Amino acid sequence: MRGPDEWDGRERSGGPGESPRIPSPRPAAEDHGPLPDLPPVPHRGPGPVPAPTPPHHAPAEYESDDDPVTGDDTGPPPAAPSHKVLKSLLGAWALAACSSEETAAVEAHLTDCAACAEEALRLRDAVGLLHPADSLDLDPLLRSRVLEGCLGRRPPRIPVPEWATPFDAEAAKLDALLRDMGESEWRAPVRLRWFDGREPVERDTTVAGVIGHLMAVDGMVATSLGLPDPLGPAAPEHPGPRRRTEAYWRTLGEDPDPRAPHDPWREQSQALIRTASFAGGGVAELSVPYGKFDLALRDAFLDRAFETWVHAGDIADAVDYPYKPPAAGHLHLLVDLAARLLPTTLAQRRRDGLAAPPQQLVAAGAPGRSLHLEVEGSGGGDWYIALDSPAAVGSPECAVAHLALDSDEFCQLAAGHISPEETAAGQTGEREAIREVLFATAALSRL
Amino acid sequence: MQQRLARGEAAALGELYDRFASLVHSLAHRVLDDEDAADRITREVFGYIWEHPDSYDPKQGSLRSWVAGITRHQAVQRLRQTEADSARDRGEAGPASAESERELERKIHEASTAARADYIVTSMPAPLREALELAYFQRRDYRQTAADLGVTEDEARRRLRLGLQLLSTAHNHQALPAVPMRRVARGPHTPRPPHPAPPGPGHGRSL
Repeated sequence: MRGPDEWDGRERSGGPGESPRIPSPRPAAEDHGPLPDLPPVPHRGPGPVPAPTPPHHAPAEYESDDDPVTGDDTGPPPAAPSHKVLKSLLGAWALAACSSEETAAVEAHLTDCAACAEEALRLRDAVGLLHPADSLDLDPLLRSRVLEGCLGRRPPRIPVPEWATPFDAEAAKLDALLRDMGESEWRAPVRLRWFDGREPVERDTTVAGVIGHLMAVDGMVATSLGLPDPLGPAAPEHPGPRRRTEAYWRTLGEDPDPRAPHDPWREQSQALIRTASFAGGGVAELSVPYGKFDLALRDAFLDRAFETWVHAGDIADAVDYPYKPPAAGHLHLLVDLAARLLPTTLAQRRRDGLAAPPQQLVAAGAPGRSLHLEVEGSGGGDWYIALDSPAAVGSPECAVAHLALDSDEFCQLAAGHISPEETAAGQTGEREAIREVLFATAALSRL
Repeated sequence: MQQRLARGEAAALGELYDRFASLVHSLAHRVLDDEDAADRITREVFGYIWEHPDSYDPKQGSLRSWVAGITRHQAVQRLRQTEADSARDRGEAGPASAESERELERKIHEASTAARADYIVTSMPAPLREALELAYFQRRDYRQTAADLGVTEDEARRRLRLGLQLLSTAHNHQALPAVPMRRVARGPHTPRPPHPAPPGPGHGRSL
């Protein structure tokens, strides 16, 4: 391969009356002078034409550059550094990154050596192209808009099921956050908070620990779809978010790189989306065991989207980054899952002696005593929660209480980040019903 | 990836977006210097790729360089359009003067070069990028750069010089034509562009 150096020294010095142009020193980093109108690589003389190599071939190039010139720049100053040494300094010179003696020596040399003068000019112009990277963060909601636009132009033959799109979006958003973070931020302490049914609990871990937690729990969905278990032989015999997380955390200490969970987590989330897409609607009702309960696959994907968002928020808080909630359409699906899980959770709390016995039992499928849950703001809506039995149907006619709260407040409660007593909500009707629904919502949270 | 896109797998589109959206958006922003316009170019670029996945030819270079080429092309077209619109709004109807024509071409060439330079910086080997980063943005001299990177001073000089040599190839292109056309075949003594033909609408096999 021809390297950029091949033409070095083969061109003659400028002819009579043709003194080489000496570029000015580089400007400050924030200056960006106008660029020349013409590519600054004039072909002069009969030598071979410079053949700039494509950047993606650079590694080979990089190996084939000059021989080392060690020794020439140490010890007592020689009369004048050799052409080879001066040539090797051109990059540093263009960046104003050499000593004043070296700068003077290079500039003296440029009046004599056309090849070096030409390269110096070229490199000097290249410095003007350096530009601080944009600190602009991509709007996370742009992803959905772009993908929707594409799918409108050409409908997909293998779509992502609607119930998997919130997980797709939330995993992508968290991935973008993680890619912006440095190694030290991966070690940042994160406090996980949830509500264990009676009171708030906390658990301290790191960013890496949170990603490992997400991966371990996503792994329950993965194995249900026939994908490999990310825990491998460390997987506990019985499934369950907490058991699996503890098992993973025990293995985590062995890896010195805190970013180790990033790629396996991301690859698994992408594999989940791909597999769900190919399986199509047929797997929506597949049962995913969560330990104490099962969720249909479609609901498990919504649960994972909710958890991914909540824990991404925990991470963002820990490293002081801003983080946006899901798009309204996605948020609505997540609130809907929580609302649908409430009757079962209420029943479980009654069995555990944490809620009052049912007041009025009705036939399965018949309307029963209900609470009108009104979630306001992005992703909100109205739900009627059957209070006495998961078998009853919630209905407006049987509503005995009305609970109104903002969608963000509702999600914070369901994540266990705020306690039922502190929740800001408008309430009318039976106070006990409202209290039990608030506690049951908080009890949806877990590690 | 190309096969997955071609067979209409929406999940592949999502993965493509996650890999390249920040590249596409930042290049478009470099050319157009406008957030909304960069959003629109991002939509157009992914829409184009999703509709024409077969127009990518792996023999012509990496998927990444293809995506960057489409972006630059679309963004420069948009810049041309925007400039023409604003000239019309200023009441400069009719044929533009040679002077304003030159000014427009200069502006477009500059924006296109800046986008190429950004692409080259993000694509060059990390050791070169790190050296430039230290010497330019952090104003370290090459001896300090060598110490920071744990390499010899020779190596630091070599990285700085090679990094700038790669970057300087951003200038080696012609302004993209207003009407897409194939590049003419080049003789053995003509400098080759740092990338193969600028891929973009009108350059693909699908047309």
